[in-house]
Amino acid sequence: MPTVASASAADLTPLLSRRLLFVTGKGGTGKTTITAALARTAAQRGLRTLVCEMDAKGSLANALGARIPGFDPVEVEPNLYAMVMDTEASLREYLTIHARIPFLGSFTPLANMLDFVADAAPGVREILAVGKVCWEVRENHYDIVIVDAEASGHIVSQVASPRVINGLVLRGPLRDQTQWMLNILEDSAQTGVVVVSTPEELPVTESIALVNRLRAETRTEVAAIVVNKLVDAPLMPQDVEEFIRRRDELVQLLGQTAVDAASIMVQRRSDAELHVRELTSEIQGAPIAVVPWLVQEDNDDNLVTQVAQVLSEEIS
Amino acid sequence: MSALESLRDARLFMVCGSGGVGKTTSAAALGLVLASQGRRVLVVTVDPARRLAQALGLADIGLDEQTVPDIASPGSLTVSMLDTKAGWDHLIRIHASDAASAERVIANPLYKNITERFVNSHDYIAMERLYELRNDNRYDIVVVDTPPSRNALDLLDAPSKMREFFGGRLLRWLTLPYRSRLLTVASRPFFQLADRVLGAQFLGDIGEFFNLLQSMEKGFIQRATSVENELRASHTQFVVVTTPDDAPTHEALFMVEELRRRSMSPALMMVNRSLTHFAGAAIELASHASRTEGDRIITAVMNTATTVASIGQRHQRSIERLSREVSCVVIPESPPVQGSDMSLQAIATVLRGG
Repeated sequence: MPTVASASAADLTPLLSRRLLFVTGKGGTGKTTITAALARTAAQRGLRTLVCEMDAKGSLANALGARIPGFDPVEVEPNLYAMVMDTEASLREYLTIHARIPFLGSFTPLANMLDFVADAAPGVREILAVGKVCWEVRENHYDIVIVDAEASGHIVSQVASPRVINGLVLRGPLRDQTQWMLNILEDSAQTGVVVVSTPEELPVTESIALVNRLRAETRTEVAAIVVNKLVDAPLMPQDVEEFIRRRDELVQLLGQTAVDAASIMVQRRSDAELHVRELTSEIQGAPIAVVPWLVQEDNDDNLVTQVAQVLSEEIS
Repeated sequence: MSALESLRDARLFMVCGSGGVGKTTSAAALGLVLASQGRRVLVVTVDPARRLAQALGLADIGLDEQTVPDIASPGSLTVSMLDTKAGWDHLIRIHASDAASAERVIANPLYKNITERFVNSHDYIAMERLYELRNDNRYDIVVVDTPPSRNALDLLDAPSKMREFFGGRLLRWLTLPYRSRLLTVASRPFFQLADRVLGAQFLGDIGEFFNLLQSMEKGFIQRATSVENELRASHTQFVVVTTPDDAPTHEALFMVEELRRRSMSPALMMVNRSLTHFAGAAIELASHASRTEGDRIITAVMNTATTVASIGQRHQRSIERLSREVSCVVIPESPPVQGSDMSLQAIATVLRGG
C-alpha cells in the first residue's frame, strides 16, 4: 500500500458535519471518485446520505458499482441514496410543489420552453439544479447531500445562480425562491465546496484560480482541497541523492530498464511534490488532504473503497 | 511510415482530449512536425500553458499571434491563445445592422451575464474564430487545441445549437412586442406558464435583448452553418490525445464515439506517457534478484521497477482497446534529462516516424 504523504495531516472532521457539499475539480482529477468516497464514508458513519451527479454522464454509477436510474433517489448502499440531476424533472417538481401548477397533459412544450429559456437566460438551468439539492437540505430528507458538481468554472455559475437571478429577475415566483437557497448556500456551517486537484501543473493552476473565484464571486465557503493521485514515493527523499550517485552501479546490477523506470517515478514524485507545495502556499484557510495514486485497483468500486479509507483516517 | 502520411491533405486539425494528458503539448508537436515539412502552421491554444511556452522558447503565449523563431524551418510555426472572452463585442459589431444597435446590445444587462458568466457562450466565439481562420491565407494549416473533452463537445455543437436557437418559435414569441404577446397568450396556456414561472419583467428583458440580437440572425446562422460544414469537411481531421491510464482511456473512447455520432471521424489517437516499454521489466529483474540483499536503494529500485512494469502491462491493455477504434501513435515516456522538458521533442520524433 502506498503511504499517505505527510502533507495530509489536514483535519477533515468538520467536513461531514455540513449539510451540503459540492465536490468539483478539473476533468481527470478524479472528482467523481472523491465524491463517491466521501458519500460512502458519510453513509458508513450512519449519516443518511444523498449523493447527486450533476452532469449525467454515468461515472458516479460506475464509481459506486451501482445502478442509478435517474432523478428519483434510490438506496444503493445502506444509508446511501443516489440520484442523477435532470433540470427538466426538477422544474416539474418545482411546479408541482411551489407554483401549484397541476401536471399538464403533455410535458413536451414545457421542456422546450425550459431548453430555450435556459439557453437564453443566465442562471435558469443552474438554479433548477442547485435549487433541487438545496431543497433536499431544507426539507431535512437527508443528513448530508454530496454533489458531484460540474467541472471547475461551472461550479461558480451554479453556486452564484441565486444571486444572478436575484439581480436579473425583479419580481415573480422565480425570485421568491432565491432567498432561502442563499441562506443555505452562504452559511459555512451548512454548505461547503470541496476542490479536487491532482499534483500537476494545469490542475493546480486551475484549482488556485477556482478557489480565488469562489471566494471573490460567491459567499460559499471552500471547505477543503483534496490532492488526488499523488504518485507513491519510490525512494525516501534522503535516498534520492544516493540513487543518482550510484546510477552506474545500479545499471550494472539491475539493468538499464529498472533504473530508467525508477528515474521516471522519482521525477514524477518530485514534480508532484512541487505542485503540492505550490497549492499549499497559494491557498490559505482551507484544509488540504492528500490521497495517493492507487494504481493497483482494478475496478472503480474497489478504488472508491480504498480512497474512502484514506479520507476516513482524516475525518476523525 | 510517418503517422501523418495519410493526413497529408488536412488543412485543419482539431485536437481533442481530457485535461492533463498533454493535449496542448501534442498540438504544438503536431504543428512543429507539419512546419518542419514546409507548411505554414498556426497553433491556436485554449490554455495559457507556461511550460509549452518554455519548450518553444517563448516568454509566454498571448492573444497576439507569435511566430516561433528558429524551430520549424523550412515552414513556420505561429502560436496564439484563443481569445474567447473579448470576442463577443467584436462579433456583435460585425453582425449588427448599424453601430447604434450594436452598442445597445452591448449595453444590455443580460448581455454581460450571457457573455461573461456562462461558460458555454464562449464556444460560439471559438467557432467564430475558426470561421475567420478558414480563409486566412497566411497559414496552410491550422491546429486547434480544443478545451478539455466534454467542453470540446459543446464547442463542436455550438454552430447547430446557435441555429436551433435562432430558428425556434419561442425566440419569435419573445421578441414580439409585449402587447401583441398578450393577445397570443390568451390562446396558449403554455406561454402563460412561462410568464407565471419566470415573471413578465424577466421575459420582457430577455425579449428586448433578443430582439436586438435577432437583427443579426442571418449573419449568425450563415456563419454557424459554414463552420459546421468546415468541421465535417474532408480536409478537417480530428486527433484525440490521451494517456494509457484507465480514466483518460475511458474518456478517449467516449470522445471517439461522440465524434462519430456527429460524423466527425477521428483520424488519429496520440497516446502520451506510455510505460509499455517497461512491461517486461519484472522478468528482466528476476535474473538479478540474488545479488540484491540488504541494500535499501537496490530494494527500492527493484520495487519501483516492478510497479512500473505492472503499470506498463495495464497500459498495453489500454492501447489494445484504443487501437481497435482508431490508429494510435504511442509516445513512450523516457527517463528525465536534467533541466529540460523533452516531451515536445519526444512527441515530434514519434510523429515523424523516427
